[in-house]
Amino acid sequence: MSWITKIARVGRMVEPAKDAPEPAIGPPTGVAGSLQIRHVDCGSCNGCELEITGAFSPVYDTERFGARLVASPRHADALLATGVVTHNMRQPLINTLDAIPEPRVVIAVGDCAVNGGVFAKGYGVVGSVGDVIRVDVEVPGCPPTPQDIASALRTVTGR
Amino acid sequence: MTIATDTSPTVPAFGEGPRAARPMGAEAALSGGVTAVLGALGLALGLSAVFGEPRQLRIGWLLPLVGVHFDLDPLGGVFIAATGAVSIAVGIYAVGYAKREQWARFPLVTLPLFVAGMLLVPAAGSVTTFLLAWELMAATSLVLVLSEHHRDAVRSAGVFYAVMTQLGFVAILVALVVLSAGGGGDAFRDIAAHADGLSSGTRTAVFLLTLMGFGSKAGLLPLHAWLPRAHPEAPSPVSALMSAVMVNMGIYGIIRIDLQLLGPGPHWWGLTLMTVGAVSAVFGVLQASVATDLKRLLAYSTTENMGLITLALGAAALLSSSGSPAVAAIAMTAALLHLLSHAAFKTLGFLAAGSVLAATGLRDLDRLGGLARRMPATTVLFGIAALGASGLPLGAGFASEWLLFQSLIHSPHDENTLLALAMPLSVGAVALTTGLGIAAMVKAFGVGFLARPRSAAAEAAREAPPSMLIGMSLAAAACTVFAVAPVLLGPTLGRVLAVLPTVGGDAAGPQLGTILRLPGVAGSLSPGLLAAALVIAVLFALGLGRWGVRHRPAAAVAPLWACGADSLSARMQYTATSFAEPLQRVFDDILRPDTDVEVTHFAESHYLVEKVTYRTLLTDPVEQRYYTPVVRAVTSWAGLVRRTHNGSVHLYLAYGALGLLVVLLVAR
Repeated sequence: MSWITKIARVGRMVEPAKDAPEPAIGPPTGVAGSLQIRHVDCGSCNGCELEITGAFSPVYDTERFGARLVASPRHADALLATGVVTHNMRQPLINTLDAIPEPRVVIAVGDCAVNGGVFAKGYGVVGSVGDVIRVDVEVPGCPPTPQDIASALRTVTGR
Repeated sequence: MTIATDTSPTVPAFGEGPRAARPMGAEAALSGGVTAVLGALGLALGLSAVFGEPRQLRIGWLLPLVGVHFDLDPLGGVFIAATGAVSIAVGIYAVGYAKREQWARFPLVTLPLFVAGMLLVPAAGSVTTFLLAWELMAATSLVLVLSEHHRDAVRSAGVFYAVMTQLGFVAILVALVVLSAGGGGDAFRDIAAHADGLSSGTRTAVFLLTLMGFGSKAGLLPLHAWLPRAHPEAPSPVSALMSAVMVNMGIYGIIRIDLQLLGPGPHWWGLTLMTVGAVSAVFGVLQASVATDLKRLLAYSTTENMGLITLALGAAALLSSSGSPAVAAIAMTAALLHLLSHAAFKTLGFLAAGSVLAATGLRDLDRLGGLARRMPATTVLFGIAALGASGLPLGAGFASEWLLFQSLIHSPHDENTLLALAMPLSVGAVALTTGLGIAAMVKAFGVGFLARPRSAAAEAAREAPPSMLIGMSLAAAACTVFAVAPVLLGPTLGRVLAVLPTVGGDAAGPQLGTILRLPGVAGSLSPGLLAAALVIAVLFALGLGRWGVRHRPAAAVAPLWACGADSLSARMQYTATSFAEPLQRVFDDILRPDTDVEVTHFAESHYLVEKVTYRTLLTDPVEQRYYTPVVRAVTSWAGLVRRTHNGSVHLYLAYGALGLLVVLLVAR
């Protein structure tokens, strides 16, 4: 059995996606196509990064809902921030946000980004992402599951 | 000097500030002016030799026994004209440069002499005159290389140059003496008339010796080592003259002696020329693409281009001896056209590098940058030179390299295994050379002139004075002619081809019209129309952009993206070393870089790195491997000889007496 016939015989094996959640914010950023996302690790333990990787892996495949990770803020419509904001990452976070063209959306992923989590009031910590820049969408969890992240991104992409 | 010492207690001491006290402007203007006038005379003389009747001039009293003998023909004429044209640009440039760099009197006097020597070499009509002019050229250029002799690098380059140029001269001397002894006369005309009577052994010896002598002057492998040393260390106008014109004299010698007087030779002559040319071209361009010194890069690029020209000459000789004179004529045209265009863009390149050197004191690309805003005219001019050297369309070197490719690709090799093997290999070598040449020139221009300055000296750069800009603009105008309208060179090259028996004299050469057409070859090209099409396309795109602006929202001003950092620094930029690093890895076996990475850890923990030091040293592998043993052997021999020079006058007198005795015994 060649791989082509196997594809034809097995067919589609993906679970159908659940219905799109309620949009969290208004019409997303005025973009016609997919939402382009720049991710910034502000001081995370990398737990959230693993889950984000999972969310964009073939199992959850968030790209089918119109969300893409991009390499430069110049290409982005949204900022995906993880972790508590450390002193060293405060200015780079602001610089990255400034580099993203408006209108833009800021999504904070994980308890640390939302409220400081277990690292709140640490010696090298400025605070949560919301303490430094304005946050539009929050995704709680330590870490949030890929399912949570995918759902949260769907509330922005509207699909 | 009259000094009123009695009244004034503060008398300037003798020798105090001999440089600062001199009014430089007038002397520099005189030297540069004489050079430029000599150049203009040379250009006129050369053109008259190309288009007029062959003329001879014999001055009997100037040299005992043989006299001085000049013979002007189209082949010599085109070299004289090229030398003259370059000298005009360099002479005007030198007015500003010599003033700015405070040249001493000696180089100021020698500069016009050097140009005169180079103008006389192609005009020489006899062996004696040729050798005299050659030696004048070699000696004056050595003096000019040593202008800044207070620097160690200059003295070392001077020794290298002196030894190699004199060894080359010995090879040429022996070859020409053998030739004139067998060919029945001192004049080239007599030799040409009797050349058929020479034995094949004599021909082979003369060919090999002249290839060595002229090849070393042209900077061909493996006798190129002086070139990347002497050309960068010489003052920039001299570098331009040496790299654009003096190396041409090596090519002239090969054409005159090997292809015109002795040619067409056997197959292996052509193959030897092609091999030497291909190896020089590839090696030269490889070294250029990893060089970080701007002038060294240009010097290696000279080796590359001379290699390409020699390859074209070899192809012409091989094709002509294989019975396809039409394609041989294309190869010969490619060689001559490339020679002329190389003279134009290399002059411009070295003059622009000289402006950078004068403005910043730097040749190191890793410390330059940001000159586009500070020296806009020089940047544009160097860009024209770099475009020409990279062999891309709209560059000066494009038409000639295209002709070379056409001759190599379209060589008929139905039943000739030699051609069937040599030509595709040459195409590969030329293609590799051209590709790497683009990388080298992108590096020189991009790293050296664009982006941000990498040092305080580059930041403080100021535009060159007008005379330097005028000199460079003349060379740039010549580059533009080669790029857009090689048609203007058509009649000249046609006259030269007609006197070269190698390409069959009467064979129809390529027609350098508005459209370059090649007889018997299905290829044509129009550089002029290409340029016009590009200009129209650029104007169209600009117009479209203008029109589109009205339908777009107003532009927003945002800070520059620096990967999250607050601002970009010059240390974030590509340097010449990092740009060439992938190439250096690929060609590791040939370049043999001496690379060293040193990681220093903190004393407290091995996991924390205090600093990382990366050091890479690129030397010439041919020089390292083949020159070092020779130099070492010569040095130890010299040590032995030195024992006989112990400083005792009595011993020296004894040597004299012994020598006289031996002479008397022998001559008895």
